[in-house]
Amino acid sequence: MVDNIKVVENVKNSRPAKEWLREIVDKVYAEAWEAKEKGELIGWSSSKFPAEIAETLGLKICYPENQAAAISAKHGGQRMCEYAESMGYDNDICGYARISLAYAAGAKCDEKSMPQPDFLLCCNNICNCMTKWYENIARMHNIPLIMIDVPYNNTSEASEENIKYIRSQFDDAIEELEKISGRKFDERKFEEVCSNANRTAKAWLKACSYCKYVPSPLSGFDLFNHMAVVVTARCRRESSEAFEALTKEYEESVKNGTSTWRYDENYRIMFEGIPCWPELRSLFTPLKQYGINTTAVVYAPAFGFVYDNMNEMIKAYCKAPNSVCIETGVEWRESICRENKVDGVLVHYNRSCKPWSGYMPEMERRFRNDLGVGVVGFDGDQADPRNFSNAQYITRVQGLFEIMEVKRKIKDEKN
Amino acid sequence: MSDIFTMGIDIGSTASKCIILKNGQDIKAKSKINAGTGTSGPDRVINSVLNASNLNLNNISFIMATGYGRNTLQIAHAEMSELSCHAYGAHFQFHSARTVIDIGGQDAKVLRLDENGMLVNFVMNDKCAAGTGRFLDVMARVLEVNIEDLEDLSAKSKRDITISSTCTVFAESEVISQLASNADKCDIIRGIHHSVASRVGALARRIGLKEDIVMTGGVAQNKGVLSALEGELNYKIHTFELAQYTGAVGAALFAYKRVIKNS
Repeated sequence: MVDNIKVVENVKNSRPAKEWLREIVDKVYAEAWEAKEKGELIGWSSSKFPAEIAETLGLKICYPENQAAAISAKHGGQRMCEYAESMGYDNDICGYARISLAYAAGAKCDEKSMPQPDFLLCCNNICNCMTKWYENIARMHNIPLIMIDVPYNNTSEASEENIKYIRSQFDDAIEELEKISGRKFDERKFEEVCSNANRTAKAWLKACSYCKYVPSPLSGFDLFNHMAVVVTARCRRESSEAFEALTKEYEESVKNGTSTWRYDENYRIMFEGIPCWPELRSLFTPLKQYGINTTAVVYAPAFGFVYDNMNEMIKAYCKAPNSVCIETGVEWRESICRENKVDGVLVHYNRSCKPWSGYMPEMERRFRNDLGVGVVGFDGDQADPRNFSNAQYITRVQGLFEIMEVKRKIKDEKN
Repeated sequence: MSDIFTMGIDIGSTASKCIILKNGQDIKAKSKINAGTGTSGPDRVINSVLNASNLNLNNISFIMATGYGRNTLQIAHAEMSELSCHAYGAHFQFHSARTVIDIGGQDAKVLRLDENGMLVNFVMNDKCAAGTGRFLDVMARVLEVNIEDLEDLSAKSKRDITISSTCTVFAESEVISQLASNADKCDIIRGIHHSVASRVGALARRIGLKEDIVMTGGVAQNKGVLSALEGELNYKIHTFELAQYTGAVGAALFAYKRVIKNS
């Protein structure tokens, strides 16, 4: 038995971390299917619902946002969106929501399947569209919906009143899930789960931090791929181990001067927003052509929740890109830009995510003034390829490149 | 020392414009063909400037392509975005320009340039034809007038009509309803100009206006749009004779810089 464990460890240690990470996500879905077949209850959860609660109760959870991203990346997004539109959902609604509603309604989907839900866990810290999206699924399947309302933070820190308000909802969610599952919430188990979640978050944030090196040992687009684990399996010990393995790889790369970005790194940019999953190749191509590495992203580290106690945990869940005030948002992004030494910012005006895109013109203005870097926006969509124009994107990236060239020339002349 | 000739070609969505520049200063030849990328327009416009200047391709030291079809021209030595080319071309023709408003066939853009004509910031329209040359083309067709006549007809307007839809298709329906209710074509045209100005004005305000402001692109020839935009922004907006060639001029200038840098 001991020998077997050693063999497993050795296998884990000898393969690339990205394979390990991919397997963890596959396992989340495989275990959910297995549980469903055994007659266990399956939950669907928004990505920033406190996963620690369901994990403590040993419930199997699937993540519609992750599923929608995977379907979109495999080019099933448009078909699923059109299915939802034929049901009457407007094409102005978030693409993830449309895909998820279509799937919940039974649309065939070979790109990424998961068992249908028996209960729903929704937290609106990530966006308010989530509320109606989950309410619709709850009605469609006639299943319970546990909702945690996180008020928008007008101040940089969540107020004590808000923390109390959210705490009461956490308690209520635990009580409701105890009733649904027939299981008792074990505080000791909860502590262990939180400890795993923190270890995962710390390892994840550390992995993200390697973008600060020049040249960077990775591309921010790698983080978009790896973040599936922090979304779907952040409470698992294995996830923290896989991310720790990833950081070791990055550390080695820094020492050896290697990188997963196999092109020139003439310029470094921050990619703002959720990527256009159906168009990853299109996003990548002109960046590669001009030697522009994405060394800062906003979306991926936004899932690194680090806390020491329940109040801090609540505060951590209050901090999502769409639930913090603009000053906090600017400060956060500008520190990412400074740490990762970016020359420019590429902003995705995402048709699917109006809350995120709505404040970007002001953020753009702040980035230009405070950081003195080139900032360019393009129109696209996280899931619906009909909202992306490759020719427009290429022109905007080329424009950003030309602005960065001018700025560098001016800087060089001054020096 | 012999003269250096460079060529700038702006291959747009609806027209191809070409310039031959002598020693980075004098426009030796210019031509415009109303056929853009994917058509015979680029070849024809190149032949046209070569004929007009009595030069052949061997005399051209560097060809710089720009515009929507910039990547399709085989004989180009390099390509640059229309953003930088418009900025530099505008600076060449109007030295004090710091903001450029360009309305092209399928896009509208507002550029901020530094004192050397280099692009430092820009904003473009989203995936929508409103506020572009195509919007005006569609409206001219519905109104059964030539695009070139829009300016004169608009000047005859006596009554304000608002075309409020920002979507080209819905604005077209709005124009049709106005026609059906016997509204004067001149008034409708002025309303259309204001609709374009409102849309482009919003883009311009987003980037922040810095004088002098110039307007380039084919639509700059339409004084109806120009004055509507001045009213919208409350700024004097300048234009110049070769406004529609601005991208090609900028490309030819960048071509000249490359020749000098490489020599």
